[in-house]
Amino acid sequence: MDIFLQQIINGLTLGSIYALVALGYTMVYGILGLINFAHGEVVMIGALSSLTVIRLLADSGLPGPVVVLIGLLAAALVCMALGFTIERVAYRPLRNAPRLAPLITAIGVSIVLQQLAMLTWGRSYHSVPALLPAATHEVLGATFTEVQVIIVAVAALTMAGLMLLVNRTRLGRAMRATAENPAIAGLMGVDANRIISLTFVIGSALAALAGVLVAANYGIAHYHMGFILGLKAFTAAVLGGIGNLAGAVVGGVLLGVIEALGAGYIGDLTGGVLGSHYQDVFAFFVLIVVLIFRPSGLMGEKVSERA
Amino acid sequence: MTAKHRSWLGMALIGTALALAPIVVGASLGNAWVRVLDFAALYIMLALGLNIVVGFAGLLDLGYIAFYAVGAYLYALLASPHFGIHWPVWAVLPLGALVAGIFGVLLGAPTLRLRGDYLAIVTLGFGEIIRIFLNNLNTPVNITNGPKGIARIDAISLFGQPLSKSVDFLGITFSGVMLYYYLFVVLALGIVFVGIRLQDSRIGRAWVAIREDEVAAKACGINTRNVKLLAFAMGATFGGVSGGLFAGFQEFVSPESFGLMESIMVLCMVVLGGMGHIPGVILGGLMLTVLPEAFRHGAGPMQQAVFGKVLLDPEALRMLLFGLALIAVMLYRPAGLWPEPRHRRELAK
Amino acid sequence: MHFPAKTLAVAVAAALIAVGCGKKEAEAPAPAPQAAAPQPLIVKLGHSAPLTGPQAHIGKDNENGARLAVDDINAAGITIAGQPLKLVLQGEDDQADPKQGILVAQKFADAKVNAVVGHLNSGTTIPASKIYSDAGIPQVSPSATNPTYTHQGFKTAFRVMANDEQQGKVLGAYAGNQLKAKSVAIVDDKTAYGEGLATEFKKAAVAAGVKVVAEEHTDDKAVDFKAILTKIKGKQPDLIFYGGMDPQAAPMAMQMKQLGLKSRLLMGDGGCTTEFVKNAGAAADGHYCSLPGIPYEKMPGGPAFIERFKAKYGDIQLYAPYAYDAVMVMVEAIKRAQSGDSAKILAELPKTDYQGVTTRIQFDENGDLKDGAVSLYIAKGGKWEALETIGAVAAPAK
Repeated sequence: MDIFLQQIINGLTLGSIYALVALGYTMVYGILGLINFAHGEVVMIGALSSLTVIRLLADSGLPGPVVVLIGLLAAALVCMALGFTIERVAYRPLRNAPRLAPLITAIGVSIVLQQLAMLTWGRSYHSVPALLPAATHEVLGATFTEVQVIIVAVAALTMAGLMLLVNRTRLGRAMRATAENPAIAGLMGVDANRIISLTFVIGSALAALAGVLVAANYGIAHYHMGFILGLKAFTAAVLGGIGNLAGAVVGGVLLGVIEALGAGYIGDLTGGVLGSHYQDVFAFFVLIVVLIFRPSGLMGEKVSERA
Repeated sequence: MTAKHRSWLGMALIGTALALAPIVVGASLGNAWVRVLDFAALYIMLALGLNIVVGFAGLLDLGYIAFYAVGAYLYALLASPHFGIHWPVWAVLPLGALVAGIFGVLLGAPTLRLRGDYLAIVTLGFGEIIRIFLNNLNTPVNITNGPKGIARIDAISLFGQPLSKSVDFLGITFSGVMLYYYLFVVLALGIVFVGIRLQDSRIGRAWVAIREDEVAAKACGINTRNVKLLAFAMGATFGGVSGGLFAGFQEFVSPESFGLMESIMVLCMVVLGGMGHIPGVILGGLMLTVLPEAFRHGAGPMQQAVFGKVLLDPEALRMLLFGLALIAVMLYRPAGLWPEPRHRRELAK
Repeated sequence: MHFPAKTLAVAVAAALIAVGCGKKEAEAPAPAPQAAAPQPLIVKLGHSAPLTGPQAHIGKDNENGARLAVDDINAAGITIAGQPLKLVLQGEDDQADPKQGILVAQKFADAKVNAVVGHLNSGTTIPASKIYSDAGIPQVSPSATNPTYTHQGFKTAFRVMANDEQQGKVLGAYAGNQLKAKSVAIVDDKTAYGEGLATEFKKAAVAAGVKVVAEEHTDDKAVDFKAILTKIKGKQPDLIFYGGMDPQAAPMAMQMKQLGLKSRLLMGDGGCTTEFVKNAGAAADGHYCSLPGIPYEKMPGGPAFIERFKAKYGDIQLYAPYAYDAVMVMVEAIKRAQSGDSAKILAELPKTDYQGVTTRIQFDENGDLKDGAVSLYIAKGGKWEALETIGAVAAPAK
């Protein structure tokens, strides 16, 4: 039982990380119908740039969490500027282009960001100083760290905050209008371009947040860390129903738990024929089954014919 | 009459250029570049296969490399010391095409109801599942030899002549990579021919109808299920053939050659060249195979020439230029370098 | 809005033009020899490793090791058959991809390099070795450890590192005999290297009376191991063996600590790095690893090598000393042959008996290290401390 509980805790943390990154994907998708494939790399840039600031301040005598907060702010600024630029350079000129054109520029942007990060931060893995409270606690034989609690809490709060923003504010209404139809929204006095830019900026700030937390949780950061994370988060967003904020979190957490349980129990369930190396197969299998029965994800709306 | 003459002349010129290319390239730039051309031909075949799925039928497939993997591993298993089986190439390649086609239908069937990005993620998952199985099927029973891959695969041999050995003909020594080049180019031309015939056929028009509007296509009496499955199967078949050729050419396969990045690269070839337009796709395949190699040779000397010293790590610069090239091409030619004329009209209005 | 796009296009166009120009330059003949000095004997060495991608840091490290050796030799002023020896290193990126590895090998064969040091990964070394064999180019890999590489019957394939079989055997026996482990959980990263080492370890550990209680797998891009570690925790093994590299091993050690897993970690060369102790921090303490060869401080020239390397390139990541030795082994063969000719180097390589910075290097009939010594280390206070060296029959007296 304690092992099962531990696996659930493991999955919940991993899932919350996926959820945070998936929220960024889903925001952009919700408004533009575009998969921002470079999002994972923005997370990576967020992690590494916060690390640079944190290292600069490491000997300043400030308390750890304050240093991390300053690092987060710096990373958020970097990522927001980056998100803004990416949208202006790589996506906006292609808004009326064939559907796959922005996908290719997104891949191009990913490659460029990775190489720039490699040139800036080098090829080595960086260790992240443990500045957040990292004490371990035990409940019913299962352990968790305080960083893990922070991650789960931040993911939940971020989702709640975004939902409030989208559903309850003027900006949110403008976002929804733009998502529905940018041209008509324009007629209603919404500056669609500004709203789309803002969405990218907010999504990129989320990426910075996710990057800082990922780095803090695993204690390690590297210029190549964004790719797999982005891929998993994209999967999570689709599982939940891409474009739906609650769906991103549900999909993220579910994917995390599925992976943990898959790695933990697949061997026992199949009598040792399949082992933990089939963890990803198991996760993708669940995804495919879900999509067969719910073609637009767990919480997604019916896909329009155009999509 | 003159138009006909001109088209014959054009074909003859292209044919001569294709035939002379490896000799000229081999003599001036070396065999490594002939090998690059070999890969270009292989990737063009792959891109043409994916073009059927993505370009003709409009089904976004991010796991296409799985079929390439199926073809490659089938060849590796049936023509290597791994199982001690040594089937000839003319038996293995068609079988590879068939098995890959079956996998295509297996992938297509559960995804018929999915659209756009949901289809993309499911195909991506399918590609990863195949790769993971290839990597893991060395236990409990060793089938694929796992991450170690299968080595010492039989070279492709035609009429008793292994293509890996050089041949003297008309006073010219044709090295192994040149012989492979001719085989690949002939097969690529065959695939181009099939592609063109398909495009102009009833099925080709049905694919385009589905791409443009699936509901309307259905209303017009097109059996969308069968037609979509056929697109998957045809695309997969081409992938399977290319995979078999890859295994015989490289004489080594391992799961790391079939990762997600490969699928993405082939998709880039199709989209960058001009989705749904065969000459465009060929151009895309050629560019994306040759460009990184050109950057590999040029990234260091280029900096030397411009700045007088190597400022940036040439390897990083090489990938950086590649990424920038992808962005620049798409910004300037959103429909691809050489799009279908009809599409161009649509864009203009 | 069109401005940035245009700049991009111009940049790319400039790049393409420059590629054309660069090509010509590269083909230009070597600088004209000085009239007075005797013409130098130019020996071209190819080096290939992943310089981009997730393993780039290890790849660059290999290249730096080889580069240091080349600089040392060129500075030493060695004379071969009356001509001063000048080594030229051509470093290429194979991205750890077999296809790229073969392409690079073909490029080396075209460029008529005299010898090749590389590749880094077994996955690229094995397919590339065929091309070198066909072209008659001697190849010494500093770090490919899969036994297949030297067991294909190629006369051109050598390595200066113990293979998985040799190292796995030592590790398995060490787990049972010295560490007195009763039970072990085995984790690998499902790569040719990690799985190969884990398989050999398992055989030897079982032979030494250790019970294998769990076998788990991850991959070489993963960072979260809590699920498999939790499962292992339920089995309470004395030891966890990890077959894989340090980017996974370091977070694994940290997560073991977070989960309250008391088992010790035992790793091969992939985890035996300064990166591991640096990145795992306090969680590294008490874990074990092995590295083929003899601890540098016990080798003549070892400490000096480390100092010079650090001054030039910073910390050693992993295999740089082996790459250094690989170049030196080539140079020794050139000296004995008094020629830079590939065939003549090849004839001399099997007779190698060289005191390198990693170990004393002699080859067996396959091209593997003869009696490859393997040293064990324990992590203490942010450093690896040497415990003992096993199988060092050919090693010098300490």
